Amino acid sequence: MSAPVVDAKRHTPQGDPSQKPSLVHRLAEHGIDRTLWLLVPGLLFVIVLFVYPFLYGLNLSLHPNKGGMFGAYKAFFTDPDMRGWDSLWITLKLSLPAALINVIAAIPLAYMMRGNFRGKRLLTTILVVPITLGTVLTAEGLLNFFGPRGWFNRFLGLFDLGPVQLVQNYWGVLWSLIISGFPFAFLLILSYMSGIDPSLEAAAKTLGADWKQRFRRIIMPLLAPGLATTFCLTFVLAFSVFPSAILVGDPSGSTRVVAYVAYNAWGQMFDYPLASASAIVMGVVEMIVIGVVLMLRSTMYKGSTGGKG
Amino acid sequence: MSALVEGPAPRATARRRRLVASPGKFLTWGGMAIFLILLFGVIASVVVNSFAGKWFDSWLPTSYSGSWYGTAWSQYDLTQVVLTTLIVAVVVVALSVLIGVPASYVLARKKFPGSKFVMLLFLLPIMMPPITYGIPLATLLNYYHLAPGLTGVILANLVPSVPFVVLTMTPFIEQINPSIESAARMCGASTSKLFLRILAPLLIPGMLAAAVLVLVRTVGMFELTFLTSDSSSNTLVVALFTAMTGAGIRAQQSVDAMAVIYMLSMLVLLVIALRFVNPTQLVARVDDSKD
Repeated sequence: MSAPVVDAKRHTPQGDPSQKPSLVHRLAEHGIDRTLWLLVPGLLFVIVLFVYPFLYGLNLSLHPNKGGMFGAYKAFFTDPDMRGWDSLWITLKLSLPAALINVIAAIPLAYMMRGNFRGKRLLTTILVVPITLGTVLTAEGLLNFFGPRGWFNRFLGLFDLGPVQLVQNYWGVLWSLIISGFPFAFLLILSYMSGIDPSLEAAAKTLGADWKQRFRRIIMPLLAPGLATTFCLTFVLAFSVFPSAILVGDPSGSTRVVAYVAYNAWGQMFDYPLASASAIVMGVVEMIVIGVVLMLRSTMYKGSTGGKG
Repeated sequence: MSALVEGPAPRATARRRRLVASPGKFLTWGGMAIFLILLFGVIASVVVNSFAGKWFDSWLPTSYSGSWYGTAWSQYDLTQVVLTTLIVAVVVVALSVLIGVPASYVLARKKFPGSKFVMLLFLLPIMMPPITYGIPLATLLNYYHLAPGLTGVILANLVPSVPFVVLTMTPFIEQINPSIESAARMCGASTSKLFLRILAPLLIPGMLAAAVLVLVRTVGMFELTFLTSDSSSNTLVVALFTAMTGAGIRAQQSVDAMAVIYMLSMLVLLVIALRFVNPTQLVARVDDSKD
C-alpha cells in the first residue's frame, strides 16, 4: 500500500483532466486509504481468536474418532450418552419462555417508567445489581432462599401450604434466568422506550386517543424492533445457560441443557470432535432462532423515532 | 414531555387515564415489588448465612459468627484467586481497549467495501453462546499449551471483550463531529497527532465507560474462564462455582462467605461503573441526548 502513496504525491490528477486519477485516489473514493490500517489489529484478533478456532472446531467435528465424516454429529443426536435432541429441546423449553417472560413483563413497567420521576435512578441501579452478580451467585442465593428450609418455604408454611420444591429442578433454573435476565430486558426496553419521541404520543392525545389506543397504535409499532433486539439478547443469555443449570437445576434430568452436554463431552469424556460438534449444533440452533426473530424484525417499521432498535 | 402537556385540560385527562389504568398499574408495580422482594431475599439469605453460627430450623440463625470469612479465605486460597481475578481483569481491559478503539474509529468513520461484513465479524462473538466458541477455542489453546493457565484465561476473555469495546465505542465516535478532524488535518496534523491531541481527549469518557463495562463483564464471565483455567488460574467466579460443586464436606457457610466476598467486589465495581456510565448503558450503549 505504501508504494502507490509515494506515487500519488508525485502525481497531480488536476493537471491533466484526460488522465485517469491514480489508483490511490480511486481507492480513496471507495473509502480505502491508510486509516484502514487501524482496523488491522482488531481484524487480526477476531480472525486468530474467533474465526480460526471456530473453523478448527468445525474441521475437528468432521473428523471424529469413529463413524465417518458426520459421525460426531450422528453421535450427538443418537448416542444414549448424549441424547442431543432431548438436550436441545430442554434448552429451548427453558430459554424461550424465560426470554418471553422477561420481555413481556418489562414492557408495561418500562411504559410506566419512561418519564422522569424521583427514584428512577435508584430503581435502575437496584435492577443492575442482579446483572452484575451473575448466575453463580444467583444460584447460591436461590438454593438458600427457595431451599426446603429456606425463607420462601417457611413463609408458605405460615399459611399451612406445604413445602414447594423450587430448586434442583426446572423452576430453579427458570427463576435464575428471570432474575438475571429480567433487569437486562427491562433496562434495554426502557432505553428504547425513552428513545420514542414523546411529541408523537402528545399528538395522538390531542386527537383524542386514550392510553390503550396510544399504546397499541403508537408505542408498540415504534417499540417492536427494539423488542425484537431485546428478545434476541435475552434469548442468547438464556440459551447459553450453563452454571445455573448445574447448580440450581437437575443436570442429569430435567435441566440437562445442551451447554452441559457439550461441556461433558469436552471436560469429562475428552472427546473433542464430539464436543465441537455439540457446540456447533448449539450455535446453529441459536442462530436459527435469532434469524427468525430478526427476519420478522426486518418487516417492521424502522423510522427515525423508533430508529434505535 | 412536560413542556407539551401543561395546563388544566391535559391534567384532567391524565387523571382519568390513571383511574382507567389502575388495575394494570397495580399489577405491574405489584409484580415489580414481588421481583424486588425475591431479589432481596436471594441476596440476604446468602449474606445472613455467611454470618451464621448455627442455623437449622428457624427464621434466623440462633448464633452468629464472623469466622467463616477467615476459613473461606484460607480454605479456598482466596489471596491467589483475587490476585488472578485482578490480573486477568486489568490485562483484558487494557488489551481490549487498545485493540478495539482504533478498529471502532475506522468502523465509525469509513464506509469501505466489506465494512458491513467486518461489523458482522465483530458482532458474532457477542451473539454466539460462549460455550459454542469457547470449546473449540479451549481445545486449540490446549493444543498450543496456552491453556489451562493464565494466558489462556486472558486470551479467551478477550474474545467477547474486544467486540464489546468496538460495539460500544463505534456509536460514541460517530457522535464526534468529523469537521473537528478535518480542521486539524487542514492545520497540518498528522494521523498520530490527530489521535493524540484531538481524538484522545474527546474519546476518554467513552473509553472509560467501555473499560468499566469490560471490567464488570470480565470479572463476572464464567464459561470462558471455566474452560481455560486450572486450579492456579481460577478467577473468583470460577472458584465459587468449583467450591459449590466440588466433592467433599464443606460448610455451606464458608461457600456463602466466599459468595459475599465476590458480591462485595462486584458491588465495588458497580459503584465505580455507575460513576462513569448510565445504568441502561450497562446493557447497551444508547444515545441519551434526547432525555
